[in-house]
Amino acid sequence: MSRAKPEDDEYWNSSKFKAFTFDDDDDEFSRLKESKRAVNSILVDDDDDDEEEEEEEDGVERVSWSGEPVGSISWSVKETASSIRSGSEQSFPKIDTTPSLSKQGSGYSLSSLFKAKSKPFQSFSESFSDTAVRTYAPELRKPKSDGKDFVSDLSPEETVRRMQKGRAFSLEKFRSLQDKLLLLYEAVAVYDGNLITAVLIYLKKSLSKEILFRELMARDVALRHYVHYLKEMGEQKLLVELMKALGRTEDMALMQYKEHLNIKDEGQRRDFLKSCLGLPFSQDDATHVQDHYTLLERHIIIEASDKKADAEIFKKFPRKASILNMPIITTLYYSCFYHYGESEGTYSSPANIRKTFRISEKQYILTALGARAKLKSWFDVDSLFNTKNWLGYTKKRSPVGFHRVVDILQKNSAPVNVLQEYVNLIDNPELKLSVALKYKCHDIVINTYRDLKDRQELVVYREKLERDSPEYRKIQELLNNVQIRWKN
Amino acid sequence: MASHLFCGRVNLNILREAARKDLREFLDKCSGSKAIVWDEYLTGPFGLIAQYSLLKEHEVEKMFTLKGGRIPSAAVKNIVFFVRPRLELMDIIAENVASEDKLKPREFHILFVPRRSLLCEQRLKEKGVLNSFTNIDEYILDLIPYDGDLLSMESESSFRVRQSLNECYLENDQTSLYHAAKGLMTLQALYGTIPQIFAFHVANMMLRMKREFAGSHTQILPVFDTLLLLDRNVDLLTPLATQLTYEGLIDEIYGITNGYVKLPPEKFAQKKQGEGGKDLPTEPKKLQLNSAEELYAEIRDKNFNAVGAALSKKAKIISAAFEERHNAKTVGEIKQFVSQLPHMQAARGSLANHTSIAELIKDITISEDFFDSLTVEQEFMTGVDTDKVSTYIEDCIAQKDPLIKILRLVCMQSVCNNGLKQKVLDYYKKEILQTYGYKHILTLKNLEKVGLLKPQSTMRNNYPTIRKTLKLWMEDANEQNPNDISYVYSGYAPLSVRLTQVLARPGWRSIEEVLKILPGPHFEERQQVPTGLHKKRQPGENRTTLVFFLGGVTYAEIAALRFLSHMEDSGTEYIIATTKLINGTSWIKSLMDNPEENLP
Repeated sequence: MSRAKPEDDEYWNSSKFKAFTFDDDDDEFSRLKESKRAVNSILVDDDDDDEEEEEEEDGVERVSWSGEPVGSISWSVKETASSIRSGSEQSFPKIDTTPSLSKQGSGYSLSSLFKAKSKPFQSFSESFSDTAVRTYAPELRKPKSDGKDFVSDLSPEETVRRMQKGRAFSLEKFRSLQDKLLLLYEAVAVYDGNLITAVLIYLKKSLSKEILFRELMARDVALRHYVHYLKEMGEQKLLVELMKALGRTEDMALMQYKEHLNIKDEGQRRDFLKSCLGLPFSQDDATHVQDHYTLLERHIIIEASDKKADAEIFKKFPRKASILNMPIITTLYYSCFYHYGESEGTYSSPANIRKTFRISEKQYILTALGARAKLKSWFDVDSLFNTKNWLGYTKKRSPVGFHRVVDILQKNSAPVNVLQEYVNLIDNPELKLSVALKYKCHDIVINTYRDLKDRQELVVYREKLERDSPEYRKIQELLNNVQIRWKN
Repeated sequence: MASHLFCGRVNLNILREAARKDLREFLDKCSGSKAIVWDEYLTGPFGLIAQYSLLKEHEVEKMFTLKGGRIPSAAVKNIVFFVRPRLELMDIIAENVASEDKLKPREFHILFVPRRSLLCEQRLKEKGVLNSFTNIDEYILDLIPYDGDLLSMESESSFRVRQSLNECYLENDQTSLYHAAKGLMTLQALYGTIPQIFAFHVANMMLRMKREFAGSHTQILPVFDTLLLLDRNVDLLTPLATQLTYEGLIDEIYGITNGYVKLPPEKFAQKKQGEGGKDLPTEPKKLQLNSAEELYAEIRDKNFNAVGAALSKKAKIISAAFEERHNAKTVGEIKQFVSQLPHMQAARGSLANHTSIAELIKDITISEDFFDSLTVEQEFMTGVDTDKVSTYIEDCIAQKDPLIKILRLVCMQSVCNNGLKQKVLDYYKKEILQTYGYKHILTLKNLEKVGLLKPQSTMRNNYPTIRKTLKLWMEDANEQNPNDISYVYSGYAPLSVRLTQVLARPGWRSIEEVLKILPGPHFEERQQVPTGLHKKRQPGENRTTLVFFLGGVTYAEIAALRFLSHMEDSGTEYIIATTKLINGTSWIKSLMDNPEENLP
């Protein structure tokens, strides 16, 4: 892969290049456009113009394999970075290539924003550099201030305007509640979320929770910014309190529930979910959260015993992953795979799981079928569908179409005789035929054509079979049978 | 480089030039040699504005990706951070600054894109590094020109923020809307005051800000005649449907980001003699997609079923052109042929690429899965069986198909039925939670809050009325030679674009009944244009309308608007602006809680 030097592409920005004056010169422009339209009708430039320039205007652009045009920013970030790397490999320490972009921010409390730093994880050199910086430049906003020190005498409106322009400002002088609210009003009036948030931070610091909440309730825009800010800062507790104060109990409950995603340890997670059970969810969600808790509780029990289980099945099919935090249907599959046939009394038995989590018959049959077919337990597969009628005959019934059953069996490479049995159970004759054709169930295909008295299709089908195979001979016999009255 | 920005009716390069000027000015503020440390997310959008050479002219010698630890050594005077205003990025910057070599200090600068944030500066202050910065500035990159007729803000999760404006939802800071409004003001400063504004279901803030739009008295002859502000809430259905244009399908299947697509490399391996195909590239093939590529401009907006024919026609033209060489006898003729060669080779390369892409897409569109799912979508959109549990969706859940696919279909059914029967909704919810995990309670709740999923109220289903009045379903959509916008979804005419079309002619007064049914108020507003700047239209000259989609727009909708622009005697040309380019998948994803973790 050859890459051009970035310099080669500077033409587009060079003063010679007239791209930006196109619309002053309509003719030139339309000619150019025209030239772009047809591959084989290019305007020929007689005076040998700058090669690069022409190339560019033709839309012939140099691209690296990864597709960025050579010289584009994302290409160059890699290029310039890698060129140093190869040039002076030992000159700098190895950089951790995994940027810590995760939501680290949420780990800090808001108060740490304002209080003196007291972070235990701070390294020595870091704290050293901090103090150094402080000694040199103790005044935070100094470089930006334009020499005025009457910033503390400004009205709310003027203060907001200064903030908007990125100039020095001070909020501390707004002491009365009325002034503070006026300040908030001004910030909201310019719609700038940045300013609104800044004012809210000040209000949060200087007002009691109760008063702030009360005032926010009447100020919709500010309230939304505040909620967003608390989320951003990961101030879960305060957020929940705010929701409660607003009477949004359901939101509060869900917000609290969401926290479980941040808990890694399954025991703690379970306990946390348990503590969520009493929250004011909607009726539906309450059931779901209860199920979530019950499921995790059960996962922990099953996991503890299966981790050291030495039953035959675990040796033959070692578990690929733990069952912790898997969805209920996956759990059921697992249970049908490793714990099939256990009595309903055990937590890990399919029957118990099915009952506890109110799994529909359809879902149960599909899941159990998948698991047992995977193990090639065709006997179990059969018994899933067997029902006895009042005379004692067994008959196969299924809550899902038998064509779906066949699909699942086929995916688990069921032998032809098993497959045929289930294809035969498909009610709809057309569907049956198409499934039989798809999965090459010859007997069924042949019998169907025979029943349809379709001689032509049989002849066609015979050609697809291996000569002298049993199926081939079967068709042969049928075609020779003079008793059949073919329709064609 | 930016030639694709000229081809539209409005010269969007003016906007790009303005952005470049700002960038140069900032770079010159940090005098001397410099290295830029990039928030990786920004390199894409910046790539649409400038190239490395511009930065180099302003003494940018090195560029790095922002990451923890120490900034690689580089003998430069300045280190400039180009970052989004995000707290977690501030922590990384603080780490960078703190671990700087004290013996050879360099000057630090921050450029916040698109706005500076007091919250971030606060964080830097807390970390004790704020004073280390000589310049803290903002780079207002609101509307980025993507193509000759397309502007996007590419804001993250713009719909989620938009949605949160619903009274019931309390989770946004309106930043995205604020930026949209600011972007509109920038546009008016460059292209003149827009005399006429129509809006549909636009949040209160936009309504209140309209006074500010008028505030800027520019002395520029208005380029746009009309601005139409469309809120995604008006048309929740369209993004859920699978786009069937070439560009739409590329986006649906591979995802287009910042004008680039990454494709599986196998089909693009160049077979050179002697190489014997031993080194097949494993890195995805990245391609730029815009109208600067002639062939792409020609086929991007076609229904995918018409792309094959277009490609083979093109192939014939190109091979005929190459055949020309046999006719070239004289030196002059040969010289002429040779001079055309680079262009012809580029055309051939472009053809090869798009043939490969079309093949990749076709493998998917001819699959049974794709067909079945499309059939169900079309049934929903035509109102078939929207009130009961769909066995197809049920089967997809049982097969553990990707959750986003399921959610897209269920939401579509809900929207086409004006809400689902409680029993049906409960059933879907239970199946989804049991199969994909209970934590998705949160995702389902989000979808409910934004109205994509809801129980049927006592109100009757008014979707059929909307569908019939606005002719949203066209039985015999012509995919090869379209005569109506419905070709972009092979039958379904996107509601948003139909509204735009009707507005131009015969006007919204003709559909007042439907406007009452659609969510949210609509309004019309006139802005004073200084006398002397009134446009005198030549007879036969088209009007220019800017359609601004708040909350995202799909490539198929863009294609439909382009179709309207090019339609004979349509009388209107459209420029499209949006907060984000979306498709059903990226849209639903933006509404999920912890999507990465949740994906199966």
